Amino acid sequence: MDWSALRLSLALGAWTIAILLPVGIVCGRWLAWGAFRGKGVVESLLALPLVLPPTVLGYYLLVFMGGHSPLGRLFEQTFGQGLVFSFGGLVAASVLVNLPFAVQPMQRAFEAIPREVREAAACCGMSRWQVLARVELPLAWPGILTALVLSFTHTLGEFGVVLMVGGSIPGETKTIAIAIYDRVQAFDDAAAGQMAALLLIISFVTIGLSYVLTNRARLRR
Amino acid sequence: MSLPTALASGADPRAGLTARLRQTSPIPLDVDLTCRAGQVLALVGPSGSGKSTILRAVAGLTRPAEGFVRCDGEVWFDAATGLARPPQHRSVGMVFQNYALFPHMDALGNVMAAMGHLPKAQRRERALSLLARVHLDGLAARHPAALSGGQQQRVAVARALARDPRVLLLDEPFSAVDRATRQRLYMELAELRRDLKMPTLLVTHDLEEASILADTLCILHRGRTLQTGTPTEVKTRPASVAVARLVDIRNIFDGVVLGHNEAKGVTLLGWQEHVFHTRLQRDIAPDTAVSWCIPASHVLLHRRDRPTRGDAENPVTGVVSDLLSLGETVRMTVALGPSGARITVPVLVHVVQRNGLEPGSTVTLTLRAEGIHLMNPAPQTPGGMHPHP
Repeated sequence: MDWSALRLSLALGAWTIAILLPVGIVCGRWLAWGAFRGKGVVESLLALPLVLPPTVLGYYLLVFMGGHSPLGRLFEQTFGQGLVFSFGGLVAASVLVNLPFAVQPMQRAFEAIPREVREAAACCGMSRWQVLARVELPLAWPGILTALVLSFTHTLGEFGVVLMVGGSIPGETKTIAIAIYDRVQAFDDAAAGQMAALLLIISFVTIGLSYVLTNRARLRR
Repeated sequence: MSLPTALASGADPRAGLTARLRQTSPIPLDVDLTCRAGQVLALVGPSGSGKSTILRAVAGLTRPAEGFVRCDGEVWFDAATGLARPPQHRSVGMVFQNYALFPHMDALGNVMAAMGHLPKAQRRERALSLLARVHLDGLAARHPAALSGGQQQRVAVARALARDPRVLLLDEPFSAVDRATRQRLYMELAELRRDLKMPTLLVTHDLEEASILADTLCILHRGRTLQTGTPTEVKTRPASVAVARLVDIRNIFDGVVLGHNEAKGVTLLGWQEHVFHTRLQRDIAPDTAVSWCIPASHVLLHRRDRPTRGDAENPVTGVVSDLLSLGETVRMTVALGPSGARITVPVLVHVVQRNGLEPGSTVTLTLRAEGIHLMNPAPQTPGGMHPHP
């Protein structure tokens, strides 16, 4: 069992959903209620990681985040460390890959809130922040929870992009999914089996928990 | 029981709402309206007439291209200066058509959600007193899904009042409940409004509802005010043929003013072979072509077993062409004279039975002079009668 790989995967998942929570809420609300030209283009771009082969995505991330790219250079100047083959780069890649998993459920959740209910909140004198905190988020939270669970579990299992962008540096970019592959390559079936089973259990429990919680939320209405 | 200040007496006599709203799209609007404190102004019109848009503009949920909204001398919206307060800063209480209650909050929570202006310690007690005011004692802990339509409507009313609003806005508040509940809610609202000191705008397409609840009706069509007046004025003295049609007056005809008899206090109206006496309306010159109407309540049926004396008011004789049962009353249609112009009269079921009325029966009607109302002729009305849509 590669505990440092598991820790790294959990940390990557936590960072990913910590960043995707506000990003998803902002994008989800914007797409749910905004009417603007090119909305379809934005939605398509956001959904792209769902269908793109991870290696293709990883390749472009390497190109755009690498040491020769403006973004890579900016990051290196600011943090003294390159984006690729580092944990920071992994987080950035993971956020991009998980955008559709986070934004789409949140968008659907916000779309399900009737316009009159938001208007009623405004007519009750609530400020925009109060409307968000007391009406929108409580009504959308099952969708938000689903989004976070999907992103988290998907991050744990992500393989292709992580390998392309992060390589397999122990303690820095070697996640549990890569560690499993590593062990299989080394004919260490016992370790691979243990880690695979652990990943299966974590994924099942997380998803199961989210279903239980959202079902309970629906029953309470 | 302590009542919110909105329900207490002693409001400023200057208090009131004035609005001028103009726009061409998405829904055309061209209205001026005033609603004094304590007054209920009903905006009545068919769907698409812009009545809900007016309410939304007053609430700040939509922004018209031109005009203003002022409440108690305070400017809420002024297109000229670009000032447009958001709904949060307008002190409105709004009841939405489908109530738009917060589904995740119980009844008490819904009402308390509109009490941001009060100290926290007072909110609970106030909300409970408001719920009691709308007869929801004991249901404070229920979520909207566990309340009936009528109960949800009451929560919505309590929530609208919870903000101690300076204007109360009701957007078809009775359209989503069954008929029996609606009648009960009318009574409750009529009782409640006696204590309300703020102006109230009621949007409805139901003239009966508007007549029960409102002091003043504003008849709207395609975003324009066709007439503003008391329910009786609008229903008996419609300003135009369009209003007469919108308030469901079925008896609309074309005639000619023959002259005025000042001594008798009547205007003479020529219609087909008849000369009718009408209420003196001397502003219309003789020989003017007019449209005229008579509300069904001013058409009287003569008893067939007791022939009318000669001095009956405006008698006309015709043949019953149709009897439509409407429950306790029957809508009788009578074809008059050679033109076959039709006039409709509601009669009670027992009157139909006692007089042995059936299609083909000959009947005599009195058109009460007081009820005949003259209007500018409607454009494009051939044949001297207006088929009711």
